Amino acid sequence: MRVNFTVNGVEQTADDVWEGESLLYVLRERVGLPGSKNACEQGECGSCTVYLDGTPVCACLVAAGQAEGREVRTVEGLADGERLDPIQEAFVECGAVQCGFCTPGLLVQAHDLIERVPEPSDPEIREALAGNLCRCTGYEKILDAVRLAAARKAEAGR
Amino acid sequence: MSTMTTRRTARGTAQGVGASAPRPDGRAKVTGRFAYSSDLRRDGMLWGATLRSPHPHALIRRLDVTPALALPGVHAVLTGEDVPGSRTYGMKVSDQPVLATGVVRHHGEPVAVVAADHPETARRALRLIRAEYEPLAPLTDPEAALAAGSLVRHVRIRHGDLAAARERAEVVVAGEYEVGMQDQAFLGPESGLAVPLPDGGVELHVSSQWLHTDRRQVAACLGLPEERVRLVLAGVGGAFGGREDLSVHVHACLLALRTGRPVAMSYGREESFLGHVHRHPARLRIEHGATRDGRIAYVTARLLLDGGAYTSTSPVVIANACYFAAGAYEVPAAAIDGYTVFTNNPPCGAMRGFGAVQSCYGVESNLDRLAAALGADPLDLRIRNAMRPGTILPTGQAVDGPAPVAELLRRLAARPLPPREPYDPRAMPGGVGNATRGESVRRGVGYAVGVKAIGYSGGVDDGSVARVTLAVDAGGPVARVRSAAAECGQGIVTVQAQIARTELGVERVEVLGADTGAGDAGSSSASRQTWMTGGAVRGACAAVRERVLGRAAALLGTPAGALALDGGAIVRADTGEVALELEEALAGGEITAEHEYRHRPTTGIDPETGQGDAHVAFAFAAHRAVVDVDVELGLVRVVEMATAQDVGTAINPLAVEGQIEGGTAQGLGLALMEEMRVEDGRVLNPSFTDYLIPTILDMPPVRMDLLHLPHPDSPYGVNGVGEPPSLSSTPAVANALRNATGLDLPRVPVRPEHIAGRAEEVRPGTT
Repeated sequence: MRVNFTVNGVEQTADDVWEGESLLYVLRERVGLPGSKNACEQGECGSCTVYLDGTPVCACLVAAGQAEGREVRTVEGLADGERLDPIQEAFVECGAVQCGFCTPGLLVQAHDLIERVPEPSDPEIREALAGNLCRCTGYEKILDAVRLAAARKAEAGR
Repeated sequence: MSTMTTRRTARGTAQGVGASAPRPDGRAKVTGRFAYSSDLRRDGMLWGATLRSPHPHALIRRLDVTPALALPGVHAVLTGEDVPGSRTYGMKVSDQPVLATGVVRHHGEPVAVVAADHPETARRALRLIRAEYEPLAPLTDPEAALAAGSLVRHVRIRHGDLAAARERAEVVVAGEYEVGMQDQAFLGPESGLAVPLPDGGVELHVSSQWLHTDRRQVAACLGLPEERVRLVLAGVGGAFGGREDLSVHVHACLLALRTGRPVAMSYGREESFLGHVHRHPARLRIEHGATRDGRIAYVTARLLLDGGAYTSTSPVVIANACYFAAGAYEVPAAAIDGYTVFTNNPPCGAMRGFGAVQSCYGVESNLDRLAAALGADPLDLRIRNAMRPGTILPTGQAVDGPAPVAELLRRLAARPLPPREPYDPRAMPGGVGNATRGESVRRGVGYAVGVKAIGYSGGVDDGSVARVTLAVDAGGPVARVRSAAAECGQGIVTVQAQIARTELGVERVEVLGADTGAGDAGSSSASRQTWMTGGAVRGACAAVRERVLGRAAALLGTPAGALALDGGAIVRADTGEVALELEEALAGGEITAEHEYRHRPTTGIDPETGQGDAHVAFAFAAHRAVVDVDVELGLVRVVEMATAQDVGTAINPLAVEGQIEGGTAQGLGLALMEEMRVEDGRVLNPSFTDYLIPTILDMPPVRMDLLHLPHPDSPYGVNGVGEPPSLSSTPAVANALRNATGLDLPRVPVRPEHIAGRAEEVRPGTT
């Protein structure tokens, strides 16, 4: 089948999509955007988190056909050209990135949190990121990064 | 000193040794551009997939691949008969079949591989292979395996006058403890891309902890000379020991060489759980004898580790478990026997802590039991018996280098306990499940301390090679560092760049990708890489510096000893003033030097007594866990983890903290939730739905006290930092649970049913 959708603001057409393919597979293999990661393929780890019409979803749990006519935003679409989003900057700066495999999904989820809750409390951060597994960091630096990015975004908005 | 020179000098060293320099791969990792081993694609490439045994032990009666080969899109189906070289591989002993022939010895053992033009076609082809098995009775009980003589290695350590120590001991406490099978659970599954080369060789891009040892094994299996097998480190999504053994390596190369096309392989999560070794499950019997004044008189330990179906690194894991089975204490006498056995359970091998995790759990659990028997405070008892420089280990070696065990424990003691918070369901055991309003919640506090050797023990002749080039290009002065050190997330790329900045005084450093074209850097394991490859980079930089300063000295007519490198220029050592631009000094061409770093020699241990100077260095960490336990439901919330660790000189303080927080989390996971459930040899929970690792809701804040005692033997005074936090974290949590509930809780992970409704079993005299 053919799937038409928008990815990071660009209209995309994927051809010869098999009905069983996930949005994650189409992004990685047919659209050439391997930033979203496949670490469990059953919605447990959050590494493939992308925005679908503005809502974070696990791309591995979305059938490719469900993306027809919709807007997807991936980790590759968070930066404004070469200018990183504050959440991306903060992840690097705070040491929230080690192996980095969980990072793309965490960035999208944290980006969404800060959009919804400009100055989230620690329990709010923990709740929002509870579906994103990280094996390297123990999460402390991730909390630091989200706090820093939220503060910077709030500052910039004032 | 001119202001210009001052500014340039400061700039040159701002991101050097001791700075929390950002990762050079950080930007690529946050923009999705970093290429992991599962992201590699080539035109015309095929997808590989693996058929695995559903049985823990069986004869292969029939293996007919013709129906799979007939499926459109399938290009090759290979079995063990198709392996041209050695049909087995292994880091220590070559006994693990590339593809099983005749017999399978564990659930998930690879039996055949397929290459097809779509991953789903490859998976469907696997289902078309006619594999018929005759199941055999699996040997799954390690005690039965030991009785049957199915032994990998027995390590025996005899220390001091045990008989006299027994006479002296007024209080004797013995306990039996168990550790479940933990998994590394790195997020990036095993994957790689094999590309056939025109000369009949192959290039493999793969996740690895040690490219050169992988190449040795891969070449042997392919029947190729090593120079025709090139391994390139692809982006590694975590490792923790789980990438010390081969995974997709030989399979992808076999398929690529057979089809003449690039072949990518990438495991799913289920296959990843089946496709790498795990932490050895352990049964531990620890006995402490002590005098009434709280001095340890002796320790005896019997450790039984289940090695599973193949050798992997079991012989050294059991040795490491035994070396430290008496804990981080002054122990005048000890008798330690460790066994690891073959069974038909999943193969076990390296995981962060490497055997010392299991023995630390046992000895630290028994220490609390000893404290209870003595009526002593567990923390005081630990401090009183703490190991120090000069302490004779059970292996006869005197501890050298910093050994601030008592100080680490005092730091923990000095830290205020976390206050009780006002009621909030999110802060209760069970969290937003709203399981309790706190009526059956008890708080507990537990301590533990651990010691581990850094680097390879037991007479291994270990080294690392790095090559450094100093050049000036269009972007100005640049240092290029080349080594085969595997970056797995820990930050060795950052460390190498920082060392080059400090040694060569240049701001811009490029750490080139790792491949087997570089010298052997050894493994990213045993917490050794910063010490070893850091030493190699430093040595190579020193050689480069000597040569460039020699050139500059000749040009300037100044003694080389009066010059230094800083701020991207040749400066006068006394004033820091720029004496010569690097461009002029390098007018005769760039300078490259290579250096091999080796640590001090060690010896093996005597097979009868276990005596020997086996260790390069030691590292120590301690934890205090504070837990809230709902004793009715068995639910646990860890309120806080506090840790104290001597990290030596920190090349990158931020990365050191990250290692400690991550290691603490993995230890908490082993204490509370992480276990591969294996029943009759079958893995029951190979998924993140059923194998739980800590989420951000499970992890409490980690409070940290770091000592920075420079190690006298290492480059810059560094010490290994990655593994120690994974030792003491687990027993600290377990001891806190025991403190809260009064239960023995001999086994980790502690599950809710070990606690729930067992209040009547609570030992008298505890809260």
